[in-house]
Amino acid sequence: MIKERFDAIVVGAGPSGNAAAYTMAKEGLKVLQLERGEYSGSKNVQGAILYANALEKIIPDFRDDAPLERHVIEQRLWTMDDTSYVGMHYRSQDFNEERPNRYTIIRAQFDKWFSRKVREAGAVLLCETTVQELLRDSRGKVIGVRTDRGDGTVFADVVVLAEGVNGLIGQRSGLRAEVRTDSVALAVKEMHFLPREVIESRFNLKGNEGVVIEAMGTITAGMTGTAFLYTNQESISVGIGCIVADFEGSGQTPYGLLEAFKNHPSIKPLLENSECKEYAAHLIPEGGYNAMPELYGDGWIVVGDAGQFVNAVHREGSNLAMTTGRLAGETIVWLKRRKEIASKANLSEYRRRLDETFVMKDLKKYKNIPAFLHGTRQVFGVYPQLLSRAAQTWFRVDGTDKLSKEKEILKSFRKARTMPGLIGDAFKLVRAWR
Amino acid sequence: MHIVVCMKQVPDSAQIRVHPVTNTIMRQGVPTIINPYDLFALEEALRLRDVIGGEVTVLTMGPPMAEESLRKALTFGADRAVLLTDRFFAGSDTLATSFALAAALTKIGEEFGVPPIVFTGKQTIDGDTAQVGPGIAKRLGFNQLTYVARIVDLAPEVGTITVERRAEGGVQVLSTRLPVLITMLEGVNEIRRGTLEDAFRASRAKIVTWNAADAGITDMTKCGLRGSPTIVKKIFSPPPRAEAAQLIATIDQSYDAIAASVMSEIFKSQPALEDDLMRFSAGP
Ligand SMILES: Cc1cc2nc3c(=O)[nH]c(=O)nc-3n(C[C@H](O)[C@H](O)[C@H](O)COP(=O)(O)OP(=O)(O)OC[C@H]3O[C@@H](n4cnc5c(N)ncnc54)[C@H](O)[C@@H]3O)c2cc1C
Ligand SMILES: Cc1cc2nc3c(=O)[nH]c(=O)nc-3n(C[C@H](O)[C@H](O)[C@H](O)COP(=O)(O)OP(=O)(O)OC[C@H]3O[C@@H](n4cnc5c(N)ncnc54)[C@H](O)[C@@H]3O)c2cc1C
Repeated sequence: MIKERFDAIVVGAGPSGNAAAYTMAKEGLKVLQLERGEYSGSKNVQGAILYANALEKIIPDFRDDAPLERHVIEQRLWTMDDTSYVGMHYRSQDFNEERPNRYTIIRAQFDKWFSRKVREAGAVLLCETTVQELLRDSRGKVIGVRTDRGDGTVFADVVVLAEGVNGLIGQRSGLRAEVRTDSVALAVKEMHFLPREVIESRFNLKGNEGVVIEAMGTITAGMTGTAFLYTNQESISVGIGCIVADFEGSGQTPYGLLEAFKNHPSIKPLLENSECKEYAAHLIPEGGYNAMPELYGDGWIVVGDAGQFVNAVHREGSNLAMTTGRLAGETIVWLKRRKEIASKANLSEYRRRLDETFVMKDLKKYKNIPAFLHGTRQVFGVYPQLLSRAAQTWFRVDGTDKLSKEKEILKSFRKARTMPGLIGDAFKLVRAWR
Repeated sequence: MHIVVCMKQVPDSAQIRVHPVTNTIMRQGVPTIINPYDLFALEEALRLRDVIGGEVTVLTMGPPMAEESLRKALTFGADRAVLLTDRFFAGSDTLATSFALAAALTKIGEEFGVPPIVFTGKQTIDGDTAQVGPGIAKRLGFNQLTYVARIVDLAPEVGTITVERRAEGGVQVLSTRLPVLITMLEGVNEIRRGTLEDAFRASRAKIVTWNAADAGITDMTKCGLRGSPTIVKKIFSPPPRAEAAQLIATIDQSYDAIAASVMSEIFKSQPALEDDLMRFSAGP
């Protein structure tokens, strides 16, 4: 047992745990952070997009020394069938601003940097230390944790659960249910190395400009999921993910899907001659608002992926993780200043603060999207095919008059899905979106 | 008893990347680890300490970031860490390395008590010479026991040690007088997991950091590149022994289906093999 007592213990050193630990340590709280991995970021999937705003609110001058890859000046959204894509691209010189809004990053490096900031702010970080259970007093209030190290118990006023998507500690301690397989996606990802100049010429980029592609369609073989491709300085992150429940009995494997995506005629030339160096698989919580566990209780508070704080539609996760980590940290600092204990009633302030931010507003707005996508598989099969065929009919000049082409396109949609079905899907989507 | 373990921070060779274009080793971003062989030396030292009492000091010569490895050694349970770092040490070969380490060991003796036993690993995974340990022994006038697999007996009061040494012809049992330098063989023990207390101590410990002057080194011509007669003429990566891997996937996950699909891929590139196997299975 460690005799020293802490104001807060943070379980996990991902973006949410780092944000929480930093926020509290900077305000002078005694913070202990415990991480299972060898270092912060060692367990994390490689490439990602960083949304500057959430980090700016924690470390305003992060651009000075954070390991950033490229700032995103172009976003491509693709709907794909087996041979084509129909795309919406947005590229703007406005994104070449002084303080860009989105960056590509390599998580292992970024997390390491963030972790250094946390330690510089005064938190104690112990790595290769796995929390096994929460300790409670006779009234059930969480008062500390037990780790897997010898003599491994330590006490604190409050425990911040930033343990990521599995939420095992929360589960084992009876604070939450097991994560359902229809609320998490399994994503696989690879890093492909290419010389800088090749990436820049292939994607039409200068300096640190970057492009990201998000894609959906037949590439997920009818399952609910998306694929992506991000440009880093000297590498490309490419990956694909689908809801875990959809894999069951589908005969599909994540790496099989990734292999097919990489070999798609629209993707293959972008990766040509690259060298694949890293492969990683990870879960993403995608159940949204309706899948959220309890977020706080007597002596404990949940942040980041552990609380299902991911906006799957916009592929935002780390920004929600950092924002929830910051808000939890600020709430704990606020209680400490008022000399109040971290009781369930007092920690409800966290929920109040969350509700005021984009985090809860967005998650509430999209709360029906997961169910919509799950119930409307056409989105991942029939529709992309129809869209592609429509585009082809429209663009192919073959002596057919335009009115007949329009009719043909309409007919193809109706043949694939009845009129009520089409209208129903559109209606469901609008309802889920609103 | 005071025991010192020399440890080197090395790039994790499992994760080294060769630049696909220039063919040079990309050190940047490659994680560093404690030379794996040195962990056997550390564990052996900790076990001796647990039995006879005393302290274990770990010593590294390297760049400032080698502090990470020392801190890690503290989480395993070492009592003190000394980092020997100075730009004058850059480019040291084994002669210069053992010179600097021997000087630091003498200084450690003065500051924290003379160590009758100094451990090193058998060799490193990046330099691989296995010369540094014997070099230190020679410079300090210690007896040396190399390739040690087991410490059979240590009698501090009479000042003797008996070990098993693995040699080509078998196992030798050797005794010698202290002070002694031991180079420890791999695979002979398993590094322990420090307690939570160890982890705490490590995260807050102050690493003793010395430059050349602090370690009492005055003759700079014996340090670093200047003190290193070894000249690296060329570094190249040998051609890979195997061709690029190929992913063979089947929808049907039964063993038969996987085996069939693997075999048909192999036959594609080696049609003669299929004929041979057919003939073989048909019998004479
Ligand atoms: C393939 C993929 C692509 C993604 N792309 C993006 C993207 O582009 N942009 C974006 O914003 N988000 C993206 N996300 C989501 C984003 O990665 C997560 O939302 C974010 O990492 C959540 O942070 P976190 O701190 O809550 O959890 P994590 O980053 O998972 O960190 C949890 C940490 O807790 C540690 N831990 C767990 N259990 C214990 C324990 N018992 N004891 C001690 N330590 C423990 C883990 O080792 C880990 O380090 C992506 C996710 C995936 C899988
Ligand atoms: C071909 C070649 C090229 C090289 N080029 C360079 C170069 O350009 N620049 C450069 O800086 N180095 C270079 N080196 C590395 C340098 O010569 C050696 O790394 C160094 O002298 C130690 O030798 P070693 O790694 O072979 O250790 P070994 O003799 O194999 O190590 C045995 C044991 O000695 C101890 N030990 C070794 N080194 C240290 C240390 N630094 N601190 C504490 N304990 C230690 C450890 O316990 C280790 O297990 C090169 C090595 C080779 C073989």
